[in-house]
Amino acid sequence: MIDHLLLYGFLGSALAGAVLMLVLRHPMRVALALVATMLSLAGVYAMLGAHAVAIFQILIYVGAVMVFMVYVIMLLDVRDDSLAARYSWLLLPGAVAFVAFLAWLGTAVWRGLAPFVAGEPFGLKPFATAFLNDYWLHFELVSVLLVAAVVAALAVLQLGRKASRG
Amino acid sequence: MDSLQLLGWSAVTLFALGLLGVIIRRNVLVMLMCMELMLNAVNLSLVVFAQRGNPAEASVLVFLVFVVAAAEIAIAIPIVLLLVRNKRSLDLGAYADLRG
Repeated sequence: MIDHLLLYGFLGSALAGAVLMLVLRHPMRVALALVATMLSLAGVYAMLGAHAVAIFQILIYVGAVMVFMVYVIMLLDVRDDSLAARYSWLLLPGAVAFVAFLAWLGTAVWRGLAPFVAGEPFGLKPFATAFLNDYWLHFELVSVLLVAAVVAALAVLQLGRKASRG
Repeated sequence: MDSLQLLGWSAVTLFALGLLGVIIRRNVLVMLMCMELMLNAVNLSLVVFAQRGNPAEASVLVFLVFVVAAAEIAIAIPIVLLLVRNKRSLDLGAYADLRG
């Protein structure tokens, strides 16, 4: 019983954080709402038994990506039109399409509710075994991707420096 | 009440909220964060549906999505920095001249 309460509590707070992201005005508050959503999702993963994923969610997403994002928001701190007018002209059609889509999906889900059986909880050991035995090639490819990302980021910044000089 | 469909529905809702944010918000950084939300929704659906199969192997896929998200943010932030350096604005309306 308490498991269900926790699962749906975390899920509800993740959805609430996502809604807040669309409503709040300042990027820093949006970033904090996103952090709240990510932490709640980590809770959901833990309740589903995927403890390794929950830990990585907090370490990588909240710990690295969002700290980077918050740092950039503090670095830029541009006060422009997007603070006064949050939404583009697509607000109304977008919101209507969103509500219609969710209502359609919600009725379809409501008609066919099936019992959910959670899988066995697993820790780091099965994850690491699968990762480094079966998926070692993907692991290596990911390191190539990360190097490419770093080189591309440096190239973009170099390009900007040249453009601002010339 | 405990149902796979409900968890899947939540994942789709999170994805739709992120997509809606990318469409309706005007701040470039907020749009980036909404894209992160969409990636998170994909991860949630992966973890939920992995409960029917092999969760350990699915979490490898989730981990790879994490890395792709980190690489994406490492590229996207310098691009945003360049845009702001050129236009002094995070507002999407300032970049209307990028239209082809």
